[in-house]
Amino acid sequence: MKNERPETSPFFARDRDQHPPAYTPWYKTSVLRSPQRALISLEGTASEITGPVFGHSRLNEFDNDLILNYARPGQMPIGPRILVHGRVMDERGCGVDGALVEMWQANAGGRYRHKKETYLAPLDPDFGGVGRTITDADGYYWFKTIMPGPYPWPNGVNDWRPAHIHFSIFGHGFAQRLITQMYFEGDPLIPLCPIVRTIPDPAAISRLIAPLDMNATIPMDMRAYKFDIVLRGRRSTLFENRKEGN
Amino acid sequence: MVQPLGYLKESPSQTAGPYVHIGCTPNFAGIHGIFEQDLGAGPLYDEKARGERIAVNGMVIDGGGNPLKDALVEIWQADADGLHNSPSETRGTADPHFRGWGRSPGDMETGEFLFETIKPGRVPFRDGRLMAPHITFWIVARGINLGLHTRMYFPEEVEANAADPVLLRIEHRNRVPTLIARKEGEGLYRFDIRLQGEGETVFFDI
Ligand SMILES: [Fe+3]
Repeated sequence: MKNERPETSPFFARDRDQHPPAYTPWYKTSVLRSPQRALISLEGTASEITGPVFGHSRLNEFDNDLILNYARPGQMPIGPRILVHGRVMDERGCGVDGALVEMWQANAGGRYRHKKETYLAPLDPDFGGVGRTITDADGYYWFKTIMPGPYPWPNGVNDWRPAHIHFSIFGHGFAQRLITQMYFEGDPLIPLCPIVRTIPDPAAISRLIAPLDMNATIPMDMRAYKFDIVLRGRRSTLFENRKEGN
Repeated sequence: MVQPLGYLKESPSQTAGPYVHIGCTPNFAGIHGIFEQDLGAGPLYDEKARGERIAVNGMVIDGGGNPLKDALVEIWQADADGLHNSPSETRGTADPHFRGWGRSPGDMETGEFLFETIKPGRVPFRDGRLMAPHITFWIVARGINLGLHTRMYFPEEVEANAADPVLLRIEHRNRVPTLIARKEGEGLYRFDIRLQGEGETVFFDI
């Protein structure tokens, strides 16, 4: 099943139990950055249910190949080669076509290419750590990259992030905007991580853990991990709500 | 037993973290040579766009009064005639010279974001009443667990703001001014976003 554009109805109400609350003091940075007042609920208007289109024409051939998109000629980054693939769907199970998927990550040693990053693991001269792609007509996407390393971070005295890839997804409407992180099956750091634990529901956490996918693994080349992403669904236009009073 | 409804659940959000700029504005973060240009950078209009050119700047400020230096702010808005440059726009065809979407990292030293855009026209609410001109904002950063949605309105639109169906939803009327920009010059607006505490900006669950 595929979305037929244009869809113009509002999104399903967001189930906030699936998401972290704003105030999670064990993740210390949230303490001063969490709104304290209740959000004002508002069924989406045209300002929120519409969104821009990101054309395939803006992308380059290697935008989704992090093994090659920053490497010097003839070189490759150090670390295990992996393929990350999956499908962007909405809550109805419809593939979201044309979604902008941006991702960024640390290198195999757990180091980001950022001037404020101070971890002592080395930069990899052949790894930038950023890629982007646009989902196909059925919502599928893929990246080739290097398995990121876990890294320590200043929060508790001994907090480590599990290996992860950051994802930013832009579907069909501004209200669908989502940023999240992908984790790797079997990583013992996942249940210890204060950022993972901002999500109260263990079942919700499990939906961010990508399984090893031997069917998509390329023999003698790279292992595959499958990461599906679900964005908010839209109500059917057949059942448009009645006009509001007053 | 009943049939399962069969809906999927939205993927849970996680913070954008301290290095969101690597992923969303890599050239700004100093990673050159992968993408020619950062998406959403630069003016939202080209020289042929209709409407009044404006600039919107501001900061995202935490509960301690400090500007965030690692935030990412995105805006989305209608063109001068109130139409969105989107396939989901059903009321007409938007100005092709205005893209409606912008993305700005805060300045690494000051935290100031900047958008060069046009003043939007009015967009109807769901019941057909016209909303006052506004720009929709989305803010992510380290320490923000789920991206925050808000709106900026224009101070000179006194009558339209007073009748705006969204602003009328705000029960605590003393919070409405948190959504109204300050005019600092011809076509120049300032919109500071306060995450917490005194003058906390109104955020929406949309
Ligand atoms: Fe990270």
